[in-house]
Amino acid sequence: MSAVIVSDNRTGGEVVPLQQAAANEPAPATPGSAPSTAVPRRIGAALAGGLRAGLPPLLGLGLFVLLWALLAQGNAQLPGPGRVWAAALEIFADPFYSNGPNDQGIGWNVLSSLCRVGLGFGLAALVGIPLGFLIGRFAFLNAMAAPLIALLRPVSPLAWLPIGLLLFQKADPAATWTIFICSIWPMIINTAVGVQRVPQDYLNVARVLNLPEWKVFSRILFPAVLPYLLTGIRLSLGTAWLVIVAAEMLTGGVGIGFWVWDEWNNLKVESIVIAIVVIGLVGLALEQGLLLLARRCQYENR
Amino acid sequence: MRSKYLQIDHVDMEFTTKQGRFLALKDISLSVEQGEFIALIGHSGCGKSTLLNLIAGLLAPSRGAMLLAGREIAGPGPERAVVFQNHSLLPWLSCYGNVYLAVEQVFGAREPKAQLRERAEQALALVGLSHALHKLPHEISGGMKQRVGIARALSMQPKVLLMDEPFGALDALTRAHLQDELMRIVGETGSTVVMVTHDVDEAVLLADRIVMMTNGPAATIGEILEVALARPRERLALADDSHYNHCRAEVLRFLYERQRRPQAA
Repeated sequence: MSAVIVSDNRTGGEVVPLQQAAANEPAPATPGSAPSTAVPRRIGAALAGGLRAGLPPLLGLGLFVLLWALLAQGNAQLPGPGRVWAAALEIFADPFYSNGPNDQGIGWNVLSSLCRVGLGFGLAALVGIPLGFLIGRFAFLNAMAAPLIALLRPVSPLAWLPIGLLLFQKADPAATWTIFICSIWPMIINTAVGVQRVPQDYLNVARVLNLPEWKVFSRILFPAVLPYLLTGIRLSLGTAWLVIVAAEMLTGGVGIGFWVWDEWNNLKVESIVIAIVVIGLVGLALEQGLLLLARRCQYENR
Repeated sequence: MRSKYLQIDHVDMEFTTKQGRFLALKDISLSVEQGEFIALIGHSGCGKSTLLNLIAGLLAPSRGAMLLAGREIAGPGPERAVVFQNHSLLPWLSCYGNVYLAVEQVFGAREPKAQLRERAEQALALVGLSHALHKLPHEISGGMKQRVGIARALSMQPKVLLMDEPFGALDALTRAHLQDELMRIVGETGSTVVMVTHDVDEAVLLADRIVMMTNGPAATIGEILEVALARPRERLALADDSHYNHCRAEVLRFLYERQRRPQAA
C-alpha cells in the first residue's frame, strides 16, 4: 500500500506528577526539623509543583491575550478581548434561541454542524471500515484500490461539493457528502494497514485451531485492528470537523460555518472570534474523547 | 519394530524465492511411535522449524507424504497442536480466554459449556497457573506465557504436540524449571511430542530420540540417537550418568565436528 498512515502519538497536555515535582525540590534548609513541619512543607511542595505544571500554559495564554489586546488597540475594526468577552456573555446567555432558519443560537448552530459531521462520518465508517478490511485481507483488491486512493486522497473534499450538489440537488446532503468523502480515506487506509499488520503468529494460531472465518474475524482480526481503526476514526473526525466549517460557508443553512459567514456579513467580528474559540473547543473535545477511547482499547502487546 | 504413529515419508520441501527455487529439506523420512518424545536438533537455518511446520500442516511438502495415525496430513488442525516459539497468545484475551478459545473450537460442538470451562481450567491447572486465570498475557512473565501456550496446546488433546523452540526465549533458570514441568506433564498425559531445539542438554534431558539434522540447503536427517535413560529423569542425578554424558557428547560431536556451523550464519 503506497499510502502513508499517519499515527501521531500526541498524548495531550502531560502534567508532571506532583510527587515527582516535589522530589525535585531542593532539600529543606533544616534537615533535623520536627515531623509536624513536614506536612505543610509537602503541601507547599505540591503547590509549587502544580504551579510549575500550570504556569507555562497560563503564561502562554496570557501572552496571547496581551498581544491580541495590543493588536486590537492599533486597529479599531479588530475587537479586543474585552469586547469579545462582553459579546460572548451575550451570546451564551441564550445559546438555544430560534428566530427562524437564519437566526438561531450558537448552540443550535454547533449542534447542527455536529449532526452533519456525525452523519457523514457515520456513513463513511459504514463504507470505509469494511472496505478497509477487504483491502487489507486481499492483495488483489489492494492492488485495485491503491491507485484510486492515491489519486483521490490528496484532493480537497470541497472539490467534491459541486458533485454533491448535482447528485442531491440540495445543500444539506451535499455538505454531508463532503464530510463523507473526507472521512473515508483515513478509515480505509488505517483499517487496511491494521489488517496487513496482524502478526502471522495469530493467524497461525487460527489455522491450527481451524477457526471458521467469522471467528477469525471476531476473535483475531477485529481486536488486532481496533487500535489502527481508532486512529483512523480520530483522523477522520478531525478532518471532518475542519471541513464542515468551509462546507457550510458554501452551502448555508444552520451550522457553525454558516454562522461565521452570516456574522461576517453582519460585520459582527466579535462573534467570529467567539466562533473560532468554540470550533477549537469542540474539535479538542472530539479528539480527546477519541484518545480516551483509544487508550481504553489499547492492550499492552509485549 | 516401531509402530508408526506419525510417519514422514521421503518429504522434500522447496521454496520459491526471488532468487529462484530453494530446496530447504530433502528426503526426510522419520517414524514416531505413540507416546514418544522426539527432539529435532541442528544449527539455525537447517530447516528444523520447517519440518515442524510441515508436520503441523502450516506448510505443504513439495514431495512425499506424511501420515498421522493412518491419516494423511493435509493442512493444519488441532490434533497437531503447536506451541509457538514466541507463545503467540492473543493479547486481548486472558490466559483462560486463550485456552478457552481452543477448547471451545475443539470440543464446543459436543460438550456443554460447563465441561468446556472445566477443560480450560484443568489445562491451566496442569501447568500450575490456576492462580492466573484472568490475567492478560502482558501481565505475566515470559515463562508463564509459555506455560499458557503449552496449556492451550494440551487442552486440545492433540495426537501429537509440536513445540518450536518453546523455551528458547527464556532465561536458563526458568527454562530448566519448565523443562522439568514438561517432563512431568508428558509423563502424566503420555503425549507424543516433537520438539525443535538448539539446546543439546534440553534434547538429551527430554527426548527418547534425538533427530540430528544436517546443514541446509537440502538439509536432511543426519543421525538419530536413542536416549536410553529411564524415566522419570532427574536433572541433577543425570549430571554424573555415563549414558547421559555419552549422548551429550554424541550430539555435540555431530553438531560441531560433522556439521560445522555454516560460515554464512
